[in-house]
Amino acid sequence: MIDIKNNTKVMALEQAIRQYISDGAHISIGGFTLNRNPMAACHEIIRQGIKGLHLYAHSNGQGLDELVGAGAISKVEIAYSGNGRFAPTCLCFRRHVIENKIMVEDYTNFQMALRFLAGAMGVPFLPTTSSLGTDIINKWGFDTTTRIKDSRLSSKKLVVMENPFSRQAPGEKIVLVPAINPDVTLIHAQQADTTGTTRIKGLTFSDIEQAKASQTVIVTCDELLEPGIMNHDPQKNQLPSFCVDAVVHVPFGTYPTACFGLYDYDAQFLSLYRDMAASQDRFDAYVKEFILGTKTHARFLEKACGKRLEQIKADPETGYSDQIKRG
Amino acid sequence: MNYTSKEIMVLAAARQIKNHDIVFCGTGISMLAAVAAKHIYAPDCVIFFETGAIDSKLEKLPLAVSDSRVMYGAQAFCTLVESFSFMQNKKTGANIVGIIGAAQIDPFGNLNSTMIGDYGNTQTRFPGSGGACDVASFVNTNIIFMMLEKRKFVPTLPYVTSPGWIKGFDTRKKMGLNPQGPSAVITDMGIMGFESHSKRMFLKEYYPGIHPETIKEHISFDIDISTARETLCPKAEELKILREKTDPEKLILN
Repeated sequence: MIDIKNNTKVMALEQAIRQYISDGAHISIGGFTLNRNPMAACHEIIRQGIKGLHLYAHSNGQGLDELVGAGAISKVEIAYSGNGRFAPTCLCFRRHVIENKIMVEDYTNFQMALRFLAGAMGVPFLPTTSSLGTDIINKWGFDTTTRIKDSRLSSKKLVVMENPFSRQAPGEKIVLVPAINPDVTLIHAQQADTTGTTRIKGLTFSDIEQAKASQTVIVTCDELLEPGIMNHDPQKNQLPSFCVDAVVHVPFGTYPTACFGLYDYDAQFLSLYRDMAASQDRFDAYVKEFILGTKTHARFLEKACGKRLEQIKADPETGYSDQIKRG
Repeated sequence: MNYTSKEIMVLAAARQIKNHDIVFCGTGISMLAAVAAKHIYAPDCVIFFETGAIDSKLEKLPLAVSDSRVMYGAQAFCTLVESFSFMQNKKTGANIVGIIGAAQIDPFGNLNSTMIGDYGNTQTRFPGSGGACDVASFVNTNIIFMMLEKRKFVPTLPYVTSPGWIKGFDTRKKMGLNPQGPSAVITDMGIMGFESHSKRMFLKEYYPGIHPETIKEHISFDIDISTARETLCPKAEELKILREKTDPEKLILN
């Protein structure tokens, strides 16, 4: 048992969400489509009935879709909302956009990654040539009033200008995309220690930039370690302790999405989810039964995955499972 | 030779990939084409994903670019910022071949993967750009994958997500993008190219048994079919590898 006496960072998920996320917060979630979404944290947000959140992500799938479906989100800035083969377009997301229940600002993946990087660097914007000549530039999702009302939003979606260093006149066009500085970023890592040092195995996507850009960072982890152990391999650690505000030990914390080296996505549950997300009635019933009906992630896991847990556990050699039926 | 339209489509795209190419691919059928290319035509090509996995082992077909199956046995990992930077830097920028799909395409190869309707009054919503617009903006060779349907091949797009040849001629270059627009559109009935001067789409190849006029009927804008020739029939060996090695679980070929 790890001694966490006098430790203010290690806490229960329920406390971390209650302490750091309130209605209307600007949040960012890590992961990419069906991999390493901080699902336990997303479900706890839904359990606590938090509303009016502004969500930043690049290519998010399951986490985004469940938060949107549960009515926790009012505005989204993203590049992509899909869940691989299980949902080419996320179903709750699609329904809420069509029914005008959420506002969406569309960027590209590179632009969102640059925006998080700008936030992490402390610069107001970064330039790119991506999206010149497209409606990413021409069509804006948030109206001026929305942008004026919330001082955390940039005054414009983006700005096209001439390269000020150009040798030609007029200079080549470039697109400036504004920095993102979320109130809270939620990520899941395979390992963290009680001081907050964080290690993601496999691809990190934009999680690290998202965390470094944020005012507050909540890390859920599959394995919680004593301080010092991770210092033996510092090149494997991406976040130093001072970047992290809350560390929560949640085994299988990304379930039903995958976590490289530990467990795979639960293809069977994601297929079931696809049916449950197809209409709002069915989705509401899903929330009631699977999220509100389970008080903790461990209970959710038991209910959603049950005996399949052994099947989704990853082969330590490949990092995924060959036991799941994907067809 | 018995084969499905999906199989010939995948092989047609895979044939476009050369051994020294660095192939950027998205999800689904474009991923299958890249893996098929590596298995059949271009064993030394390097496949990489926007998620940052480079030269993945790909023993099992990933169901998304974030699938842990892209992480196993990779040569190196990078971040999202770095993966799109490979398409632009001096060292590797020119060698990247992109394979992307979309919901709709116009005569100049501009793509829509965002929505139908008016922005703000959406009728149908798609996932959004993801990395597609970045790839279409940056790479020298961009291959587009589309199923041939009238509602997908349209004269004007409700939303331009990814740039093609913009309005043709030199409009793409003038826009400030990499002057190279898309090179081919691979469909389930044939392959389109873009005319060298006007940059308008034309029919380059039709698959065996498909009449060029039938292809014309599946497109909502006028397309030149006068120079089209028949595509090579898939060989037994190619189909065997595709079925037994590339997608044995029939995850995409089903």
